[in-house]
Amino acid sequence: MLIYFNFASQFLGKDMSSTVDYIPVIIQAAVAVGFSLATVFLVPKLGPKLHSRKKDMNFECGLEPEGNARFPISIRYFVVAILFVLFDVEVIFFYPYAVNFNALQLNGLFAVLIFVGFFLTGFIYILKKGALEWDK
Amino acid sequence: MDTALLVEKSILILILFALSLGIAAYQTYFERKVAAWMQDRIGPNNAGPFGLLQPLADGGKLFFKEDFVPANADKFLFMIAPGIAMTVSLLTSVVIPWGPDIVAFGRTISLQVTDINIGILFIMGITSIGVYGIMIGGWASNNKYSLYSAIRASSQMISYELAMGLSVITVVLMGGSLSLREIVEAQHGFNWNIWYQPVGFIVFFVCSVAECNRAPFDMAECESELITGYHTEYGAMKMGFFLFAEYVNLFIASTVISCLYLGGYNFPGMDYFEGNLLSVISILVLFTKIVLVIFTFMWIRWTLPRFRYDQLMGLGWKKLIPIALINMVITAVVIAFTRGWFN
Repeated sequence: MLIYFNFASQFLGKDMSSTVDYIPVIIQAAVAVGFSLATVFLVPKLGPKLHSRKKDMNFECGLEPEGNARFPISIRYFVVAILFVLFDVEVIFFYPYAVNFNALQLNGLFAVLIFVGFFLTGFIYILKKGALEWDK
Repeated sequence: MDTALLVEKSILILILFALSLGIAAYQTYFERKVAAWMQDRIGPNNAGPFGLLQPLADGGKLFFKEDFVPANADKFLFMIAPGIAMTVSLLTSVVIPWGPDIVAFGRTISLQVTDINIGILFIMGITSIGVYGIMIGGWASNNKYSLYSAIRASSQMISYELAMGLSVITVVLMGGSLSLREIVEAQHGFNWNIWYQPVGFIVFFVCSVAECNRAPFDMAECESELITGYHTEYGAMKMGFFLFAEYVNLFIASTVISCLYLGGYNFPGMDYFEGNLLSVISILVLFTKIVLVIFTFMWIRWTLPRFRYDQLMGLGWKKLIPIALINMVITAVVIAFTRGWFN
């Protein structure tokens, strides 16, 4: 994780953040993970444990559960997920530009306007294709 | 990093940890009181004066309830999902600047645990891991309603992340840095970003409401369709963790909104104070802003009805993303004009 963050900060920051800055992040992560895991695995020991066949079934509005929940779901959600990956990568490309906005001056601005054009072309294409229509 | 600094940071981390949990606990009380006022009721008033001990009573009950795992659920994933949600929500407070430096015990103590130069990107990256807690929890329950809810919730969260990311870029353009400390310092006095970026603020605020899964965007907990959503099968402290994580996220979202747009710990007339007095007033100012933003979130929740799912996705993709993108381009061009690059 540390190496990854340093790698990222080399590209994103004007001044490179040193590894030392990430030590508190690791302490915080250790505290948070420790607290969560301890609570999730130890607290169940405190309560009572009573089982019965009906109680162990899934809850479906009080009726007998039908089958199980390992079934395929609407393809729309996968389309949204894939579009998210595409556009999120494009959004991330704006960040290094925004940080170096002053240094790049007018050349950078024109380059980004062209990139916004690409972004919009793709965006209008998916809208026209109806990839985001839910009730068809 | 020397030992004294390490101890100092560790103490600060533990304070923030306790603060996040304490504020999350009292947010549940605050939410119930706000809901009660808006619906002309009294709200919790039995446990302690004004019902102030209610969160403790609820927490105690959650600790000693029977911890139930459905027979056909995936046991391990079912156990760790609330842990993931909680861990992720506790991680982000590390990069937030809570106030100017304090001088105590002969040392200058920074009220920001660590000032990494990718601050805001770190927050957005960590919060997006929160989707895994919901998705794993919903899938592992082996309940159709939980699964639908988890898929809706993750689809919604990733969609609104795009518009959120685009609206943050304008703030970065103006400050020229991703570090939250520098973004806040650039808004000295009354020079807050909201005066320059009202559109960006609205987009970011709407996206935060959606990211926190709160009404009117609480598709994940659409009771009328999905029982209670992805935590239908959960009980005891595991369900408590999901709800707690949601409230910690709300606290962090309010803090980030305060830091990015409402000036963080800056306030008009701050130049008349100095030293530790300034720091104490600044911290109080920041927390006042956070409480007001949290109140606005609750106000919205108890005022507006829930969106339909296709309306929600339509708002995110077809309105907020283009608005945020155009706002970004206009901001960049206007800044270029004011700095005289076109001459």
